[in-house]
Amino acid sequence: MDTNDITVMSSPVDLKPEDFRKIGSDEKQAEVIQRESLSAWRDAWRRLRANKMAMTALGVLGLIVIAAIVGPMISKYNYYSNDLLNTNQKPSAEHWFGTDDLGRDMFVRTWYGARISLIVGLAAAMIDLFIGVIYGGIMGYFGGRVDNIMNKFSEILYAIPYLLVTILLLVVMEPSLPTIILALTITGWINMSWIVRGEIMQLKSREFVLASRSMGAGWRRLLFRHLLPNAMGPIIVTVTLSVPNAIFAEAFLSFLGLGVQAPIASLGSMINDALTGWLYYPWRMLFPAVLISLTMLSFNIFGDGLRDALDPKLKK
Amino acid sequence: MSENLIEVKGLKKYFNVGSGNMLKAVNDISFSIAKGETLGLVGESGCGKSTAGRTVLRLYEPTGGSVHFEGTDIYKLSPQKMKAMRRDMQMIFQDPYASLNPRFTVTDIIGEALDIHNMAGSKKERKKRVEDLLDMVGLNPDHATRYPHEFSGGQRQRIGIARALAVNPKFIICDEPISALDVSIQAQVVNLLKDLQNRLGLTYLFIAHDLSMVKHISDRVAVMYLGRIVELAESEELYANPLHPYTKTLLSAIPIPDPAIEANKKRIVLDDTNNNFNLDNSELVEVSKGHWVSMPK
Repeated sequence: MDTNDITVMSSPVDLKPEDFRKIGSDEKQAEVIQRESLSAWRDAWRRLRANKMAMTALGVLGLIVIAAIVGPMISKYNYYSNDLLNTNQKPSAEHWFGTDDLGRDMFVRTWYGARISLIVGLAAAMIDLFIGVIYGGIMGYFGGRVDNIMNKFSEILYAIPYLLVTILLLVVMEPSLPTIILALTITGWINMSWIVRGEIMQLKSREFVLASRSMGAGWRRLLFRHLLPNAMGPIIVTVTLSVPNAIFAEAFLSFLGLGVQAPIASLGSMINDALTGWLYYPWRMLFPAVLISLTMLSFNIFGDGLRDALDPKLKK
Repeated sequence: MSENLIEVKGLKKYFNVGSGNMLKAVNDISFSIAKGETLGLVGESGCGKSTAGRTVLRLYEPTGGSVHFEGTDIYKLSPQKMKAMRRDMQMIFQDPYASLNPRFTVTDIIGEALDIHNMAGSKKERKKRVEDLLDMVGLNPDHATRYPHEFSGGQRQRIGIARALAVNPKFIICDEPISALDVSIQAQVVNLLKDLQNRLGLTYLFIAHDLSMVKHISDRVAVMYLGRIVELAESEELYANPLHPYTKTLLSAIPIPDPAIEANKKRIVLDDTNNNFNLDNSELVEVSKGHWVSMPK
């Protein structure tokens, strides 16, 4: 290159050789990781927080839970006392959600019913989780003949019409809260066990499990330290989505008259009671119906959000 | 070389693939590795290299044969004794992305072996040992609290090596430890493995399909095809004087970084007419000192 060319190309800012400094490369510096250290859980939480729909659903669920706990406490009424002089009142300052056909305060009964529905939903989901994870974990981990026999058993149980089993059980046993939860879980865990089984089967051939085995790890360590924690994402999503299923099933059973017995209220039994005069007293059906719909919608949206947040394949 | 650390005799591993069919992944292979030696095991994908490695470590139960480690038949050991034996035999895995538990920190990944064998007395001791190991494989000990996904492929493979070294093993099976890495990183990892071998007196079974890399690291090389060893020789000898037609085919496939030679190179290609080496009726014959070739009986 000719020296004249350089003067032509020189930039408006006059740069001299002294303006440059050799900084070299620092190998230790190259190894430094800039990103903040995040565990898989914190990473998932970060993604969940960015999902507005899911966070709104979580907020709504939080409010429903708080109201179900606090609602019946702040009112001067209770869920079982009749007031036959004030039956089927419209919503007013005295009775915020009106009264039912026996003059019971609907505000207290609605939140009390939500409490019962939530207890049934959460308890059933927890029992499904407990049985499903253990049963599915054993099927998936041991495989072979154990898996074959256990899987056939769950398939047979699954083939019996679920409503038939439930109704029979509720007829034979005294209808009460524990009976309903039992009826809902008698086949409810099967779905969970299949999900756990599939996850474990897929994970157990991964190399990190093999690495742990090559170090001499026993089955307990493999299952509880390596396999189940890595299957936690789908398990949590399944639990979240099985809560609204249980709530709906309970409402359905109550609607058929097989649910909790009066004077205890659940959202389903209240809708059933309101059916007799819903053209004249629509608010008696409106409040529990809106609440149960809102609860199920929130659980489903939140469950979908969780699925997105916990699935690393969707990671941006 | 001195006495043999590990002797494999007539090792067989068949998989039941349903309807009465058996997949003979490893079909009657025998070899021995001396203390401090590196035996390379090469062959095309699916020839049973990895299965052989995993069966030698008893990660798979063998269909037949024996593996003697320092004179003990490891297939006859009770589960307790086998667990103790696993301290002496370790493995480095192929895929650095799948071989580290994503939910564990580096400390827990490396420390797990210490926990299993109760080798760390206290938390502090465990932490110290993990940091020493990280330093040994050329990683920054400050990264011990990080999770695997924060590391690059080469760094992850170093973590895998540190994990294998945690229990002070005598014998390490390297199951294609470099095939998932960039070429520039491959050399780093292979040199690290050689360096560790010199420092710690390790014995390697180095499984790979990259012939030039195997030549670089191995003292002897065994060529595997369809579940059997077809040729076994000192690596210089094998590369200079391949005898089995399959070995010749493999060596003819090594690319040469010179376009003029590469264009004129004659590749031997296996097809239906020449891929049957009559292996069912062959046996390994020592044709010259230490050079074994599979020949028809």
